[in-house]
Amino acid sequence: MLILGIDTATSAIAVGLSDGERTASALRIDPKGHAEHLAPLVGDLLAGEGVSPGELTAIVVGTGPGPFTGLRVGMVTGLTMGHALGVPVHGICSLDVLAHQALCDECESGRPGHRLRTHGDVLVATDARRKEVYWARYRVGAAPDGRQALLPLTQPAVDRPAELPADLRELPTAGRGPVLYPDLFPHPVGPLDVDGGVLARLGALGLRDGRDMPVEPLYLRRPDALTTAERGAGR
Amino acid sequence: MSSDAPLVLGIETSCDETGVGIVRGETLLADEIASSVDEHARFGGVVPEVASRAHLEAMVPTIERACRTAGVGLRDLDAVAVTSGPGLAGALMVGVASAKALALSLGVPLYGVNHLASHVAVDIVEHGPLPEPTLALLVSGGHSSLLLVPDVTHDVRSLGSTIDDAAGEAFDKVARVLGMPFPGGPHIDRAARSGEVALDFPRGLTTGRDMQRYRFDFSFSGLKTAVSRWVAAREASGEPVPVADVAASFQEAVVDVLTRKAVLACREHGVGHLQIGGGVAANSRLRAMAAERCAAAGVELRVPRPGLCTDNGAMVAALGAQMVLRGRTASDLSLPADSSLPVTVVQS
Ligand SMILES: Nc1ncnc2c1ncn2[C@@H]1O[C@H](COP(=O)(O)OP(=O)(O)OP(=O)(O)O)[C@@H](O)[C@H]1O
Repeated sequence: MLILGIDTATSAIAVGLSDGERTASALRIDPKGHAEHLAPLVGDLLAGEGVSPGELTAIVVGTGPGPFTGLRVGMVTGLTMGHALGVPVHGICSLDVLAHQALCDECESGRPGHRLRTHGDVLVATDARRKEVYWARYRVGAAPDGRQALLPLTQPAVDRPAELPADLRELPTAGRGPVLYPDLFPHPVGPLDVDGGVLARLGALGLRDGRDMPVEPLYLRRPDALTTAERGAGR
Repeated sequence: MSSDAPLVLGIETSCDETGVGIVRGETLLADEIASSVDEHARFGGVVPEVASRAHLEAMVPTIERACRTAGVGLRDLDAVAVTSGPGLAGALMVGVASAKALALSLGVPLYGVNHLASHVAVDIVEHGPLPEPTLALLVSGGHSSLLLVPDVTHDVRSLGSTIDDAAGEAFDKVARVLGMPFPGGPHIDRAARSGEVALDFPRGLTTGRDMQRYRFDFSFSGLKTAVSRWVAAREASGEPVPVADVAASFQEAVVDVLTRKAVLACREHGVGHLQIGGGVAANSRLRAMAAERCAAAGVELRVPRPGLCTDNGAMVAALGAQMVLRGRTASDLSLPADSSLPVTVVQS
């Protein structure tokens, strides 16, 4: 098993490889450069690991939520590579990946922050532009087999940070939300952007557990446009 | 063309059509399109975000369909070409990212090409090699340009373009005034057939000083305004609007200017071939008047069939194949999508 992970839902262009145990990642921060830099980054990662594209057995893409244009670049790249290589493509919510990163010591890729408690809730809040954040709440607990597990408590959503309840904002928070709105998210933890290696490993675990991982973009917002009927009604 | 000619897949996502074409050398094998035009109709125009979402959904299925139609596998490809600009930024990026993913996965060269040069090159798969030089009149919803094309793979020169609305845009806006659905070009074309050219609407940039300063440029916004005013006055007076006559008269004004300047450009640049491309090239009156005026001027006219005039993937594949045949260097995998790529930059 050799899985390629691709995520472009945050300011990072994140790629990674996982065989289920070992992972490798590469990252480039460029919120406007996804279309330019993603393919070369994948090429360099594979070359650096001595892997040819034909050896990949599956591809997993981050499905957002994230700024639309960047998000689509990663998703279409993964979908097209999967088709060209004849391997399956799976999707994982990008906020899930950040929540896992916040928990996992060895993949600390962000600034130092408060170490996450082994029990309790964690918030992920990322930049949704337009003064909003994409967010989701997770609970850290023990799975039946005793391993640490992360349970999503909410569906991903998009809101103005000030409109989120105070007890939610007080939670340890991963992602760029706390960087953009430090007063509103007072407890930053761990990672700022998605790590492609963690994404690839989550994909490997999901496959092992037979999880359904649909490749549906999480836009959460309708396109900005009024139909001619709506325009007429608003007049 | 022999079977060892390069097999090239082309991707086009600059606006609202997801196009994938496959060409072997100068032979068209597949031209598949998924259009989101119906989704835009209720907004009265192309909504970029709606187009981009549709591209993401349609991209891989359209590639699959093209391969099936052509009877080839992706592994048979010798190169991939993609529209890298100009166009809607977010829409372009879907195609560019997909093309890069193909090139990377298959280990084949990538060519990022100019949308407008592709509109010219597509005629190669319809009517054979392009005479060099060719004069090209490109008229679509986003562009109205007169180009002198010595070599479509790397030498395209702009003689003029619209200084305001594109020709197709004028068709769409006037159609709206006449209460026709979007896109309005085909509706005006149809309505005009039963109308008379009874109204004298203005021909922009065709007289006196303008013919010096803007010799090969176009302007259609004054025409659009004149039509709107005329219709509004008519409605205000309580008289019925003669839709067919307005359509015919408007269309005549556009087509008159386009063909007059195109033939003049041929004559002044000593070019014996005129090629028309872009969505408006589907217009029946434009085809008829261009044929008449070219015949009178001794210019050979080439217009691809309507399906190849509107945005499609075949045109990108056609240009990509020329790039391979002429030994042009491939693009870098880091090539950007450039929404305002100048018409003179054929490859990025
Ligand atoms: N028969 C016709 N008569 C006049 N205009 C037409 C006709 N058919 C299509 N059009 C116009 O052509 C335009 C569409 O052109 P095209 O398919 O090349 O797409 P586009 O997105 O405008 O192209 P580009 O990206 O090259 O600018 C529309 O404005 C449409 O109204």
